[in-house]
Amino acid sequence: MSGKMKHTGIAAEFNPARRKFLGAIAGVASVTLAPGVILYGITRSGDARARKPGTAASPDVRWGLLIDVNHCDSGCDKCVSACVEENGLQGHGRPATDPQWIRKVKIHDPDTGLSQSLPVMCQHCAEPPCVDVCPTGASFKRADGIVLVDRHRCIGCRYCMMACPYKARSFVHEEIEDQKTYAPRGKGTVEACTLCIHRVDSDRLPACVEACNDAGGGAMLFGDLKDPNSEIARRVARYASQQIRGDLGLDPGVRYRNLST
Amino acid sequence: MSLRRIFIVLVAVFMAWVVPGEAQTVPEKKIGNNSVLLPAIPRGQGDHCVADADFMRRNHMTMLMHQRDETVRQGIRGKPFSLKECVACHAVEGPDAMPVTVASPQHFCRACHDYAAVSIDCFQCHASRPDVVTDAGGQGGVVRGAARE
Ligand code: HEC
Ligand code: HEC
Ligand code: HEC
Repeated sequence: MSGKMKHTGIAAEFNPARRKFLGAIAGVASVTLAPGVILYGITRSGDARARKPGTAASPDVRWGLLIDVNHCDSGCDKCVSACVEENGLQGHGRPATDPQWIRKVKIHDPDTGLSQSLPVMCQHCAEPPCVDVCPTGASFKRADGIVLVDRHRCIGCRYCMMACPYKARSFVHEEIEDQKTYAPRGKGTVEACTLCIHRVDSDRLPACVEACNDAGGGAMLFGDLKDPNSEIARRVARYASQQIRGDLGLDPGVRYRNLST
Repeated sequence: MSLRRIFIVLVAVFMAWVVPGEAQTVPEKKIGNNSVLLPAIPRGQGDHCVADADFMRRNHMTMLMHQRDETVRQGIRGKPFSLKECVACHAVEGPDAMPVTVASPQHFCRACHDYAAVSIDCFQCHASRPDVVTDAGGQGGVVRGAARE
């Protein structure tokens, strides 16, 4: 299928009735995408998706993104502005130090003349190097695969920023006022894409994905990679996709389709 | 100005300071036989706090610290001791009819912390008032923190 990732497909993934139905199915699947890269193993699908208030994130879930580069318009940065708006990331006109949780990257192949544009954010690695180097345990991977900075423990040393091959993290250099209540952030700590954890925890799509859908782009698909019946898991099982710098063996939860590298 | 006049002015100032008048913000309350100055703590919305007021006064810090780890590290949400919820329910209206930030001494947490000489860093990152949404007409409106999620 080379058609668009349709809005309806994504909406269906967030249909509570379907979720309940899926909860009853126990799937056993193990897909080896490349030697040594196992995307998902034995899972109990669905259950954890409709998480009740007061319950912890489940290791039976792995949140991920599938980004179809063919559907990403080089002139569009709706995902970036949605992220800025949602998380209150307004900068100071200083590109070198302003926060950047998601950015548009352009790549050009001089041999073929092909130019592509794609959004890059924290890749939510299964083996995150930022977590390995963090001296305080502030960098951590939540049970459902989302890589976060616990800013209560962050001392601002920025080792994680050095360790990240995707340059996905930012450091807050200035005092901040008027933060969003659901997205606290402050000077002296490192921050990055949280997959809009406040939204995901209440069954909503990350702001970038929603904005891409609203703009008719449909280039971003969010879902549970461990649920074999989810749209995202079915697509990565059926069509070739790749992880950026997959050779590093970090097993990112963000995958790309039609990326010519 | 003669020394005498200066003396009278000083005495007047001293009296105004010592004898509490109507205009003073810190109310004087009687506890037993002693007269003590207590902080003026604005009341939260609704009838109850998330636990007994007594328990809250003594233990809110422990409960907050415990829940913040649960929420951030394990993703447990919807429990009572959420900082976002404290801020929403304990919002205090300022002169401009908007909730005050922690920059104001009237802010719920500050009203008591200033008195007790406690300083916290939470509001360097956390919003100290509910999300403020401005509609197209430029009229300010307020949305409770929880309503955004
Ligand atoms: C749903 C609204 C609500 C929420 C949420 C709430 N409170 Fe309260 N709180 C109140 C009310 C109402 C009172 C007064 C209760 C009374 O006097 O019995 C109060 C009283 C208190 C008091 C005692 C104040 C005094 O006068 O001595 C403290 C301390 C307090 N709250 C802290 C907190 C903290 C910390 C949180 C967040 C974990 C919080 N509250 C969340 C409504 C709320
Ligand atoms: C350096 C920034 C920073 C500081 C300082 C900070 N926090 Fe947080 N806090 C965060 C972030 C980021 C989150 C994650 C928000 C989320 O996922 O919803 C958070 C989440 C929380 C939560 C769970 C969400 C909620 O609102 O209930 C609690 C409780 C909390 N913090 C309490 C505190 C307390 C108490 C202090 C002060 C002693 C404090 N925090 C200081 C950044 C900070
Ligand atoms: C009724 C008075 C009172 C109110 C209201 C109050 N606090 Fe406190 N708080 C205290 C006292 C007293 C302490 C210090 C206790 C101690 O040192 O043992 C304290 C300590 C704390 C601490 C721990 C500080 C530290 O360094 O250990 C935090 C965090 C805290 N308060 C958060 C809040 C927040 C957030 C609010 C507003 C939602 C609030 N408090 C409202 C009285 C209050």
